[in-house]
Amino acid sequence: MSDLCPRLFCIVALAPFLAALVSAFMRREQKKNSAILAIAGISASLVFALCGLVYVLTHGPITVGFNWIVPGANAIRLSWVLDPLSTSMAAMVSFVGLLIFIYSYAYMHDDVNVTRFFTFLSLFAGGMLTLVISNSLLLLFMAWEIVGLASYLLIGFWYHKPEAVAAARKAFITTRVGDIFFLIGIVWLYSLTGTITFLEEGRGLLEGNRLQPIAAAGLIFGLPALGWCCLLIFGGAAGKSGQIPLHVWLPDAMEGPTPVSALIHAATMVAAGVFLIARLYPVFVLVPLVLHIVAWIGVLTALLGAFLAVAQNDIKRILAYSTISQLGLMMLGLATGGPAVGMFHLMAHAFFKALLFLGAGSVIHGMAGEQNIWKMGGLRKSMPVTCLCFVVGYLALSGFPFLFSGFWSKDEILAATFAFDRTLFVLAVVVSLLTAFYMTRLVMLVFFNPSRAADGFHAHESPRLMTMPLIVLAIFSIGFGFIGTPWWNGFGKFLAGHHGAEAEHHVNYFVMVLSSLIALSGIGAGYLVYRGRGLTDPLETRLGVVYRLLAQRLYIDEMYDAVIGGGLRMISKLLNAIELAFELVLRLLSAVVTGLAWILEKAGDRYLVDGSFDRMCDGLRITGKRFLSVQRGQITETIGYGTLGVVFGCLIVWSLLK
Amino acid sequence: MIPLNFYLFFAAALFSIGLAGVLIRRNTIAVLISLELMFNAANINFIAFWRYGLMPEQFGGYLFTLFSIAIAAAEVAIGLALAILIYRKFRNIEVDRLNDLKEDIE
Repeated sequence: MSDLCPRLFCIVALAPFLAALVSAFMRREQKKNSAILAIAGISASLVFALCGLVYVLTHGPITVGFNWIVPGANAIRLSWVLDPLSTSMAAMVSFVGLLIFIYSYAYMHDDVNVTRFFTFLSLFAGGMLTLVISNSLLLLFMAWEIVGLASYLLIGFWYHKPEAVAAARKAFITTRVGDIFFLIGIVWLYSLTGTITFLEEGRGLLEGNRLQPIAAAGLIFGLPALGWCCLLIFGGAAGKSGQIPLHVWLPDAMEGPTPVSALIHAATMVAAGVFLIARLYPVFVLVPLVLHIVAWIGVLTALLGAFLAVAQNDIKRILAYSTISQLGLMMLGLATGGPAVGMFHLMAHAFFKALLFLGAGSVIHGMAGEQNIWKMGGLRKSMPVTCLCFVVGYLALSGFPFLFSGFWSKDEILAATFAFDRTLFVLAVVVSLLTAFYMTRLVMLVFFNPSRAADGFHAHESPRLMTMPLIVLAIFSIGFGFIGTPWWNGFGKFLAGHHGAEAEHHVNYFVMVLSSLIALSGIGAGYLVYRGRGLTDPLETRLGVVYRLLAQRLYIDEMYDAVIGGGLRMISKLLNAIELAFELVLRLLSAVVTGLAWILEKAGDRYLVDGSFDRMCDGLRITGKRFLSVQRGQITETIGYGTLGVVFGCLIVWSLLK
Repeated sequence: MIPLNFYLFFAAALFSIGLAGVLIRRNTIAVLISLELMFNAANINFIAFWRYGLMPEQFGGYLFTLFSIAIAAAEVAIGLALAILIYRKFRNIEVDRLNDLKEDIE
């Protein structure tokens, strides 16, 4: 048994792939079968992921694999790893995935393309779980691309909507920019170290002090080559996880169905970048400067996302910017406190953000497709279960003290940042304040304020199949925090056990009290500003230009268009001008040649050449017409004659050689 | 060890089947599939000559085949795109009805 468990761990990734493969061949009418298949696939993943988790808890980390390509003495191995990081992540992904799959079945019930939806969803789950358990950067990169593809397919799921198609393309291209960096980073890392496996009996990237000797070697612009590799890999992670400056695709990705937003663009795929950095943390930690860069990009992303979330009116867009902001915090936590801190927030965030998105989906479902929060209100009475669960998610995200997972995970990040750098700490505190504020705005407007919907419209509670996953996620949003409190940091110890000695940080009461106060004051401020029955945002009049700037997302999209699009347009104009110049020269030349020809023709060409030439042409034309019966424009016949020619040619050569 | 000839005969058979498919089938997709057979016949020859050749410890033929497979995949993508475009223009994908290149004389 003890040997079987790690071997079977690969089923975690294979089961959803199998489900995707089978449901790809299903007919459109087999909605229920495809849903059951997908749910069965992800359930199998969950079971084996939990087995793996238990195995790691009892036996410690292990890698299993087999030879994939054996061209000679050196085999390329395909292996997967069971360690605290991979098993806990796999368990989280398959668990949240299972809940969202169940929810999707109710949510997508009326869509005609449910079969296609579940095929893509299973494909995504398979890719994501492969990414999580893979033991080499190569396999991880392949899975990385699969989840990118699945994300593209699912954002553009409603491909009859032009915005969805544009959003899908934008997401794909933007993440591709990061992926190019990632690929270059992998290749460079391989050329530096000669390996891209993580753990391989002491020869892997992450083991021992293998990379220590080259950590400072090969300075390029003041940064060692290894640091550049890390930065390039971080570029890939930034693309996937929506970090500045590649964050622009994530809010647009909300064009996809809401369960997709919950699973891919909130809980799992966007966290893949954070996971990658956590996985490679032992490499990153060798170059402290890179960690500083990661921390700064993380905190700036968090700030930007939080500011932009304040001025959005679409319920899913607010949550999308909130996701960007929280991903920034995770990066900050990783860079300042190590994998245990960042991953703890990742897990907690996955639960409560999936909860918030599914709750938003339930709201949209109940409001018959309405997404503008200024047209909602009073849903507390008409959708009590959704409201209760959403409020749990909201309090967790805002970091409401002591009871909710978000508080503990954010507290850890703040404490780690406090010890790392005070400027970063202040910025992170601002982020927490804003988070509590914009989430209060959202909840007040949607659930508590009087309804602003059109008269006679009555929202209805969603079916049981949709509220059940909400309730489960709400329970986890509360309960998950207690495995990582400062007094008993079980999760941190579990992760740190693998990564060696982690600084044993004591309980920082100052930070804890401060973060509670911040969360409460953010909630209070939000309550004071947004209570009542106003139809417009009070901040809009009071902040004026700033608000408009935020609502327009700081014009970053427009800037990209101006810089990249404008640049391309300028280059094409330049090329056009060059071509025009060439054309002018050519025209001049041809005018000269034509003039010469005219003179020559007059001088006797007509009498001398034409007579003989015309006759030859006639001959050619007659011969051509004779042969035309063979050339009928049929490609197959042409190839057939060609083949015959080759065969006869070969026969002649062969007979001559004999 | 299986003698080299077996591989060569197999590859030749595969090639001939592919060629016959290209010549006989009228459906563009079927022609593309047959082309793949011919590709793979060439790949098998590469592998066979590499393995039985002078330098089996250097991965010339092996890598060549890998590249060839990758390029064949790209080629299929283009081929299918072409098939779709042809279908859009002519409303069918029968090869023998695509004779627009022929010049009509008299």
